[in-house]
Amino acid sequence: MAKLHISTKINGEPTEFLCDPNDSMLDVLRGPLALTGSKEGCGSGDCGACSVMLDGRLVCSCLMLAAEAEGHEIETIEGMAEGEKLHPLQQKFLEMAALQCGICTPGVLVASKALLEKNQNPTETEVRYWLAGNLCRCTGYDKIVRAVLDTAAEMREAAR
Amino acid sequence: MNEISNKWIGTNTIRPDGADKVTGRAAYAADTSMPGMIWGRVLRSPHPHARIKSIDTSKAEALQGVKAVVTSKDIVEFPVDKAVPLGIQDMRWMSRNVMAREKALFHGHPVAAVAAMSEAIAAEACKLIEVDYEVLPWAIEIEDAIKPDAPILHDFVQFEGKPSNIAGTLEHKLGDIEAGFAKADVVIERSFTTRPVHQGYIETHACLVSVLSDGKTTIWSSSQGQFMVRAMTSLLTGIPQSSIRAIPAEIGGGFGGKTIVYLEPLATLLSKKSGRPVKMVMSREEVMRATGPTSGSTSTVKIGATKDGTIVAAQGVFYLQAGAFPGSPIRGAAGCAFAPYNIANVVSRGFDVVSNRSKVAAYRAPGAPIGAYAVECVLDEIAEALKIDPLDLRIKNAAREGTKAAHGPVYPRIGLLETMEAARKHPHYKAPLGKFQGRGVASGYWFNAGGESSAQVNITEDGNVVVTTGHPDIGGSRAAIANIAAELLGIDYRRVSVLIGDTATVGYSNLTGGSRVLFASAIVVTDSAEQVIGQLKARAAKIWGISADAVVWENGEARPSGDHTGNFPTMTLAEIAAKASETGGPIGAGVQLNTTGAEGGFSTHICDVEVDVDLGIVRVLRYTSFQDVGRAIHPAYVEGQIQGGAVQGIGWALNEEYIYNKKGHVDNPGFLDYRMPVCSDMPMLDAVMIEIPNPKHPQGVRGVGEVPLVPVMAAVANAVHSALGKRYYSLPMSPPKVLEGLDEGTLQAAE
Repeated sequence: MAKLHISTKINGEPTEFLCDPNDSMLDVLRGPLALTGSKEGCGSGDCGACSVMLDGRLVCSCLMLAAEAEGHEIETIEGMAEGEKLHPLQQKFLEMAALQCGICTPGVLVASKALLEKNQNPTETEVRYWLAGNLCRCTGYDKIVRAVLDTAAEMREAAR
Repeated sequence: MNEISNKWIGTNTIRPDGADKVTGRAAYAADTSMPGMIWGRVLRSPHPHARIKSIDTSKAEALQGVKAVVTSKDIVEFPVDKAVPLGIQDMRWMSRNVMAREKALFHGHPVAAVAAMSEAIAAEACKLIEVDYEVLPWAIEIEDAIKPDAPILHDFVQFEGKPSNIAGTLEHKLGDIEAGFAKADVVIERSFTTRPVHQGYIETHACLVSVLSDGKTTIWSSSQGQFMVRAMTSLLTGIPQSSIRAIPAEIGGGFGGKTIVYLEPLATLLSKKSGRPVKMVMSREEVMRATGPTSGSTSTVKIGATKDGTIVAAQGVFYLQAGAFPGSPIRGAAGCAFAPYNIANVVSRGFDVVSNRSKVAAYRAPGAPIGAYAVECVLDEIAEALKIDPLDLRIKNAAREGTKAAHGPVYPRIGLLETMEAARKHPHYKAPLGKFQGRGVASGYWFNAGGESSAQVNITEDGNVVVTTGHPDIGGSRAAIANIAAELLGIDYRRVSVLIGDTATVGYSNLTGGSRVLFASAIVVTDSAEQVIGQLKARAAKIWGISADAVVWENGEARPSGDHTGNFPTMTLAEIAAKASETGGPIGAGVQLNTTGAEGGFSTHICDVEVDVDLGIVRVLRYTSFQDVGRAIHPAYVEGQIQGGAVQGIGWALNEEYIYNKKGHVDNPGFLDYRMPVCSDMPMLDAVMIEIPNPKHPQGVRGVGEVPLVPVMAAVANAVHSALGKRYYSLPMSPPKVLEGLDEGTLQAAE
């Protein structure tokens, strides 16, 4: 099977890769691109551990063909912090113990950032429904929801 | 003992592995790779029960890109007539579980494994393996497996002198059960069923194994015990433990399900045969079909009480589904079921039932939630019959210091009563309820464990601290260990690194399980840190030319005391470390112990639900857990355990279940159809931590990880009963089942 040559942008950097036509974006991120922060929990779009942004839209990278990245921009968990400085969500998750085993954390963070980009002042219900596609088996979600709400409040305060 | 300021113990410090985990850099087993690595894949049985007459791997071996194929012939055989226990497992069953030998015993049971240049080639090769099966009748559900004419899984299993699927029994007895029931004014007996549910860790099983030509073997895997991985892989492959280095990758959830091996021995044999590093990663479907869910169960519980609410007799019979091999957690069900109560006359029996389903694996307080579900529901009916508040009934009968439990112990100081009284006083218990809303309470117990632990505490040359322990950190234990080490040494917690050592770099440490990790590691870390403090004082004494007895360690500094007070300027950890070479060499200490004194854990829960009577959906409106946590070393991660356990139990109570189709296959082997609670299903979860320090632990720690799941299903079931005036005796209380039970009369009465 001939490989496809794909040109894309990942975390702001122009990136090229070769893939099989049936490779998922997650396969390529975790394999040749060595961006293993995105996790495969199900491979069927049910757990959200592989969440990435595609042109500013939240998607499950396990449900996206790698070839579909051609000409598009992808952001992963590896692009969330700015250099040494963690994104406020990352910092708040640490401070509020909003992670236990941490396997769902990259996906939850990517999804939460996507929410706060659309909605700077989400209600608890909005956070819960937005994150309903990100399974976490450890935390019971309580501390995750609180961390997202607190981050949103702090980011609003900082923007004033 | 040194002065404890409690500057760090009890504070929510940032976990040592936190930055790794929020940036995606933490390396879980599936994130590792090696030069020259190839991919392994498992061929699984398409039948729930079949004799394996022959396996022909020649076509697979001939496929371009295939580097090795293994079958049960390559795995060390353990004859069925001689037990080879390893922890709670038996290698006779482990060897047959990782690879079917005489028979395939469940749909998804491994029958061969292939390593090839790519996952695709390995999958193709699996299709070329020819297995000649003699398909056999099968039994999955308990009632089918214990019928007189049931298909027998194992010829060597006998019960009452006959071949049977009842592989084991257990009985706890106290007092005179008949005499007890004779005294009762009210006796209620009910039967319950629960479905098998999966631990549901988001990370699937994965490993990377490199075996060199000299036999040196390195295993990176996600497990709840690198020493367990080493021991089991050694036993199943014949490679000595000294040649195996098992490195614990970060673990993406386990809840008991990663206390056994599935892939590691196969990848080891494939690597040995192929001469290449081999990586294996399970799919979610493989996890659901072939890794341990916990048992399904059928239970009958009978409780008798006098009019004043004194429980005078209690009897329980618990049948638990073990899956393909003996070993269901009947000890947890029969042992914990009545443990929260002071009951003079008890009989509690467990039956271990094998059936054509994947072998059970531990799941958070294994067996205990099953027992508690039945007992706590019957207690609610007793309270109703006697018109006593359900918490008052529990308070009246609560076990306390000196109570003799049916499963053996006489309790030392425990905090059960405090959890019940806190629940009774909590605003949640008095909050108003609306139409189709109800409130349930339940209590629960888990044994907790001690056992083997090792730690090394080293002072770095620049005066900081590295602590190495041997238990995979599954929920924040490194953060708590950092708090303890910082506290004892009197330094900022950020100066303490906490690492999980591999099997070559830290002493033997038993599994991350039994709620034992912080209990046990705190003991060995404390002993090590105290030895280190002794060394630091001795070094300062040497520099000052005084006796070590005349030095005290305070706030991270050595200070001369007694007659020498004020004679020398204090010396910091960094100053002493800088002179270590001249004063005697490296500073550090390691301790290895079989820890004891892990007293049991208790909790009491309040749950409010609302039932959508049109859709049959039960929604949890409010949930509060009250738990005796001993001492919360890192309160946020203790709360996290409590909250996470509550949600797992809510899933078990309301939605989660293994559904089998007519062919005996799991019909819902993915997260879409096996529905675990999602964020929008849940309210905020209150965790009330009650600190009754464990008198047998240096910091008062009690295990906190498992008891949070024990009362949940009962609390939810009691709440549903309170909302509808109708009780469901089987789990899950999923929408179709709830709707089926709602007739006009029930609805009218509930309104």
